[in-house]
Amino acid sequence: MNRKLINFISAFFYTLTGLACASLVIIVAIILGNIVVNGISHVTWEFLSTAPKAGMAEGGIFPAIFGTAFLVLLMTIAVVPLGVSTAIYLQIYAPAKSRWVHAVRMAIQNLAGVPSIVFGLFGLGFFIEFMGKGIDKIFLGGELYMGQPAIIWASLTLALLTLPTVVVSTEEALRVIPKAHREVAFSLGATRWQMVRYVILPQAVGGILTGTILAVSRGAGEVAPILFTGAAYYLPYLPTRLNHQFMELGYHVYVMATQSPDVDATLPILYATVLVLLTLTFTLNFTAIIIRSKVRRKLKIGK
Amino acid sequence: MKKPLSEKIIEGFIHISAAMAIVSLVLIFVFIGKEALPMLTSHEVREEVTVTQMVLPQSPEPGEPKEFSWQPVSRVPKYSLMPLFVGTVKVTVVALLFAIPLSIMAALFTSEFAPSWVRESIKPVIELLAGIPSVVLGFFALIVMATYIQNWFNMDFRLNTLTAGIALGLAVIPIVYTVSEDALSAVPQSYREGALALGATPWQTAWRVVLPSAAPGIFAACVLGFGRAIGETMIVLMASGNAPVMDLSIGYPFRSLSATIAAELGEVVRGSGHYHVLFFIGVLLFIFTFLINFSGQLFVDRLKEKMAGTK
Amino acid sequence: MDKNKIRIENLTVKADNTEILKNISLSIRQNEILSAIGPAGSGKTTFLRCLNRLIDTEEELSVQGSIKMDDKDIFSPQTDLSFIRRKISMVFAVPTPLPMSIRDNLRLGLRFQKRLSGININERIEKSLRAAFLWDEVKNRLHESAMKLSGGQQQRLCLARSLMVKPEVLLLDEPCSGLDPISTAEIEEALKNLKKEMTIILVTNNVKQASRTSDRTVFFLMGDLIEMGETGRIFTTPKDKRTSDYVSGRFG
Repeated sequence: MNRKLINFISAFFYTLTGLACASLVIIVAIILGNIVVNGISHVTWEFLSTAPKAGMAEGGIFPAIFGTAFLVLLMTIAVVPLGVSTAIYLQIYAPAKSRWVHAVRMAIQNLAGVPSIVFGLFGLGFFIEFMGKGIDKIFLGGELYMGQPAIIWASLTLALLTLPTVVVSTEEALRVIPKAHREVAFSLGATRWQMVRYVILPQAVGGILTGTILAVSRGAGEVAPILFTGAAYYLPYLPTRLNHQFMELGYHVYVMATQSPDVDATLPILYATVLVLLTLTFTLNFTAIIIRSKVRRKLKIGK
Repeated sequence: MKKPLSEKIIEGFIHISAAMAIVSLVLIFVFIGKEALPMLTSHEVREEVTVTQMVLPQSPEPGEPKEFSWQPVSRVPKYSLMPLFVGTVKVTVVALLFAIPLSIMAALFTSEFAPSWVRESIKPVIELLAGIPSVVLGFFALIVMATYIQNWFNMDFRLNTLTAGIALGLAVIPIVYTVSEDALSAVPQSYREGALALGATPWQTAWRVVLPSAAPGIFAACVLGFGRAIGETMIVLMASGNAPVMDLSIGYPFRSLSATIAAELGEVVRGSGHYHVLFFIGVLLFIFTFLINFSGQLFVDRLKEKMAGTK
Repeated sequence: MDKNKIRIENLTVKADNTEILKNISLSIRQNEILSAIGPAGSGKTTFLRCLNRLIDTEEELSVQGSIKMDDKDIFSPQTDLSFIRRKISMVFAVPTPLPMSIRDNLRLGLRFQKRLSGININERIEKSLRAAFLWDEVKNRLHESAMKLSGGQQQRLCLARSLMVKPEVLLLDEPCSGLDPISTAEIEEALKNLKKEMTIILVTNNVKQASRTSDRTVFFLMGDLIEMGETGRIFTTPKDKRTSDYVSGRFG
């Protein structure tokens, strides 16, 4: 090939792939820029601290913020012990390279790929229809109490959805702890659980925290799983019991964007709500990223 | 060995929780399947809808031409899955055509040509994109993108397959980019050095050496992106126009399988034929994504083993 | 002095089909320093790891034979593993301080015991650190991270950490392999003092270290116990040619 042609193709190649890269940055910038510019002016203390008024056209989003926080709190309580134990099992308790471990890992990877709407169906079919109705039948003689969409069922559905996130982060943290540390604990008379409790877990706190925050961020943004499991468009009260329904930021965005009678009137509120939701998930993500990189750096120094 | 009771309980919990991931998958399948099963077993449900009706074209009234139609709440309910299936495939194809070339080229640039500061600043941008909830992407497509795309391409409908496809592509980009980038960086440095030593330019090295070695990984990236696109709900629900039209044009609104569940399950009567059909669609989605992700993951694992062998 | 602390009979360790230790029988006397020497892969570390059953953590290995301490079989199902590992504590080849404060490192072994009342922790910390010749260097910085110590200090901390649980037998797996001569000398000095209170088994690659510190020496080669005896005799008039070749530095 002649020199000129090669140079031309080189330049073309660089430019093309470079442009692809640049366009990703530009796309992200446009989305974020658009939302910030249109949303920022409406985000006031009053907006964050009051309930919606006049069919969502006025007022704030406090119930949705409260509902989201309550939802992810319950989800965290459910998913963290489960995810951390799973990771501990895989990294420490399980015999290396057994079929069972392989199956568990495959299951976790596949769980991460199940569409979120399928989790929604599962929440309805399992938690509400089976568990909830079952509880009502056994303890309340069929009176409707738990067998309906509720914050507890929505949070458990989200807990399953975010389980892989917590497992993967915790496993990453456990994997880098030297095997020698386990032997030190054993040689001082630790039982296996004492070894985990006093030697392994203190070193894995960073990874567990990262996984938890990423899970919360993911859970706070998912809408499809809570559509039928407890989210409500508007509620005059805040959820205080486990069987209450709740308002939620993402669901609020969905409903306002698609079912508002007058989209133009609610648009400023809609943008502001999106901005609040994005700020929430990004803050969480960035915190997780910072913790993760700090933990990784510390481990590098430690080696 | 004497262990205190508390320790036995904790260790029991650890062993049980490890089984939870497998149990969950099985429960998901069983409980969605359970609600879908009356499609095959219940006489009442079969009077309203059969699997044949969902797949083959039907005449709405005797004597009228046969057609594919999804109208579950009309006087004569019609449950053809074809319009939904076509809609899903259409939007997925658009999303992948948009996301895959962009992601792979960007991954190639960051792993092969870009200076390290570019590489380090691209990663957070991708993580930002991955962190945008899909409801926000749906919102952006519905409120902002739809208007521009309609004007640029002079389309009849504000909400159409192109708009939804591009928005869906945005959700697919992070996964395709990340897995491709991993695959490219896993190519041993010695391959590149070998090619460069033989006088190849960096792009020739990238094109003829790095890309082919990473091909299985990049393929897996596309498969995983495909799995993500098929199951994504909120973006399609908000930006598709939700009309179950049996049409291949990208200028038309459409309805996907996942969005159908989201849009209709809230209003159906529990136990009705419609209710069971929606769970049946859920089973289809679950099996579909399961197979796709499973094979994609196998590919990634195999590649990792291979790469670990060459290092 | 001649009372046997540990009696090992027909100890065999297998991985799949290869034997790492072949039918080893020997007795270890109370309050002696026994050093185990031999080239890499001779099975001496495996031998050490059998004594406190750390070998249990390696699933692919199978162990046959018996090890008795004070006439109690440590491989018996009734044995309290935690108790055995406290009584027979171990220091590893690479200094392994845990990423916590010096004080927490030392306290770690005590946290694994249920009843701790009546123990003066500070007193025991001082005693252990003094025995490991580390007290003067760290007495004012017990709350600092153990990772900040030098390699030699870290290894002496690990020794002190083992002493905290009052072991009757101390196992050392090449404890000085990465250390400078001064740190090595300090650890050897510490061991000589400690043998008044406990039995010490020292695995070492360093033949000179064995001859300097130990009362008796056992020589392993390819999983076989070749020769065992008083250290002075092993180094001057070994009975087996392989032993004389090894101690005189002709291989290994």
